[in-house]
Amino acid sequence: MFRQLEGSQAIAETVAMCRPEVICAYPITPQTHIVEGLATLVKNGTLSPCEYINVESEFAAMSVAIGASAAGARAYTATASQGILFMAEAVYNASGLGLPIVMTVGNRAIGAPINIWNDHTDSMSMRDAGWIQLYAETNQEAADLHILAFRLAEEISLPVMVCVDGFILTHAFERVDMPTQEQIDSYLPPYAPRQLLDVDEPVTIGAMVGPEAYTEVRYLAHHRQMDALELIPRLSAEFRETFGRDSGGLLHTYRTEDAETVVVSLGSVNGTIKDVIDEFRDEGVRIGAISICSFRPFPMESLRVALAGVRRVVTVEKSLAIGLGGNVAPEVREALAGMGISVATIIAGLGGRAITRSSLRGVFRDAVEERLPPLTFLDLDLDLVHRQLERERADRRSGPAAESMLKDLGAVASRVG
Amino acid sequence: MEAATNGQTVGPARVRFYQTGTFTVGNRLLDVSVQSVQSDPRRNNSLNSGHRACQGCGEALGARYALDAAMRATKNRIVVANATGCLEVFSTPYPESSWRVPWLHSLFGNAPAVATGIAAALKVKGKDDVRVVAQGGDGGTVDIGFGCLSGMFERNDDVLYICYDNEAYMNTGVQRSSATPAGAKTNTTPGVGEEPGNVFGQGKSVPLIAMAHGIPYVATASVADLRDLEYKVQKAMGLHGARYIHVHVPCPLGWGSAPSDTIRVARLAIESGLFPVFEAEWGEVTGRRRIRDLVPAQAYLEAQGRFRHLFGKHPDTRRIAWIQDIANRNIRRFGLLDEGVQS
Repeated sequence: MFRQLEGSQAIAETVAMCRPEVICAYPITPQTHIVEGLATLVKNGTLSPCEYINVESEFAAMSVAIGASAAGARAYTATASQGILFMAEAVYNASGLGLPIVMTVGNRAIGAPINIWNDHTDSMSMRDAGWIQLYAETNQEAADLHILAFRLAEEISLPVMVCVDGFILTHAFERVDMPTQEQIDSYLPPYAPRQLLDVDEPVTIGAMVGPEAYTEVRYLAHHRQMDALELIPRLSAEFRETFGRDSGGLLHTYRTEDAETVVVSLGSVNGTIKDVIDEFRDEGVRIGAISICSFRPFPMESLRVALAGVRRVVTVEKSLAIGLGGNVAPEVREALAGMGISVATIIAGLGGRAITRSSLRGVFRDAVEERLPPLTFLDLDLDLVHRQLERERADRRSGPAAESMLKDLGAVASRVG
Repeated sequence: MEAATNGQTVGPARVRFYQTGTFTVGNRLLDVSVQSVQSDPRRNNSLNSGHRACQGCGEALGARYALDAAMRATKNRIVVANATGCLEVFSTPYPESSWRVPWLHSLFGNAPAVATGIAAALKVKGKDDVRVVAQGGDGGTVDIGFGCLSGMFERNDDVLYICYDNEAYMNTGVQRSSATPAGAKTNTTPGVGEEPGNVFGQGKSVPLIAMAHGIPYVATASVADLRDLEYKVQKAMGLHGARYIHVHVPCPLGWGSAPSDTIRVARLAIESGLFPVFEAEWGEVTGRRRIRDLVPAQAYLEAQGRFRHLFGKHPDTRRIAWIQDIANRNIRRFGLLDEGVQS
């Protein structure tokens, strides 16, 4: 049924229909509306049986999920930004133990400087934590990916992170085709744990493993993620059969047929990118777009197939690998090795800076005309940076950088443009 | 045996039967129903023999008694969450796990939260008869796991948390924790300089902090009185909600005491007043173990190499007196020499 819903509410209601048995939550912007929504659904009895636990930190949130999952319950939590860093140790632990926990990340920047707005720095910091990472493009997909995530996690015994752009999706009202309980129940069977803390059949879980088997245990996780490359398309096809729409998959292509230039991105920014692609196509420019849904496992082969015959790729990335450039571009380059395709990186939208069509038009034009450097910072105010550098040259005790730069800017409130 | 109604609790039957002139409990003279769990040949051996703990390890002894008592109290239906530390390391290298209970180790600082998750899962699955015990050393409890522990207490989650306190990070090679006593030498509070050993801070009594959460049951115990430990675990398992037992467990390696002296050293801690043994319900002290033969703090300190720098040719009388003051304060505060209510 189509409803006009806030992204967080759509996610909360969809997660509730996935019948999680233990939900643990610690509030952090912009994840709050999701856990508030679930709190209401548990408290008013809509979601039952379910234990909703208000924990004292994100570290505890993931730890409670670990205990619950190991004891046989379907476990869910949500976080963002500083929260995912605070739980980092437990994030790695959950995947190391092979526990199929599902977690929403309301993608948000990391401080310092403290910033509540959207980018992908938080989930990118956990890209190698052993979790499957799915990025939602729309609120429809954000809701749908959670259904897929529970199914995928439990089939493959690995945790899944559903990455949803903070505010842009979590707080935006969009039309969402909400699934029914019957549809979800037919798609998602009850959780059958592979390992269980069971008094009738006691096992030791979490033992020390030395060099004799550590590599093999880690490889097993890699093997499972490689299996997920096969499983995600299959489960997405099944999803289409059950729910009547496309959501998930390894990646989405848009007007890539005959394209010479393809823009690769993750998450909601693909909406803006597709608008710009349409404008270029109207001018006869052979350009298309790919949004990667499954960043972990990384869809190497699917990218090679989708980008065969392309001349250049431009990645639009909402996180910065400081000291290197992009996070996504190096992986795309590795996927395309030997294919003679150039890959340029555009760092955009950090800390919630709006990624506008006009700015994208400029850099895509540069790309098409072979003028785009390997690394571009979209709408970077270099003058502001140089003024700070000048201050630092002039005075050893030049003071706190971020505050000086804000002062230069004369900004009295957050400006996203 | 057990009950919990309207905040009133009744513990398991207690029998104190000391053989004349010794501290040995005359187990064989007791009725079978109140004999110790360990004397029962059908005990579970929850932490089975063959593990890799050091000789004289107080923690291994305490864990064995505590878990077997918890198993008996629940008719063998417990799940255990374990913090990282000696107890986890010496018991698990596969295929030589010593655990004869369903057992999960996740991280150093999250055992209370993992236990909360297990308890939540059991509740939602309707497994009301299965109970949860979490355990860790002092580092995992009073330092790195402290936030999770307080959260578990505050929510009154249905978990018994047992801390085996050997007063330092022993697994990593004897470094100071916030449970390390004043004056004690560790490898991060070395026995050198003007004032060798650990600083004289304000101390950190996690049992008292646990009581401040108003949880149903808090107790301290010691491997010097294993019957008392069994009694307290059994009593705790008869209650629901968050419960905390803090067990004093000497570490011969870290304390510089003889492996054969573990029980003696633990007893000196009790008899000097440095480790008060008491129990509390709903935030109020309800019982304490009276000191039978008061000894000076010095007797406890001298039995251990970690306090050696306080003695020798020029004894540090000033700091020895400070430590005696700590013991005196415990004696006053908990009424350790008073007649009356006995734990």
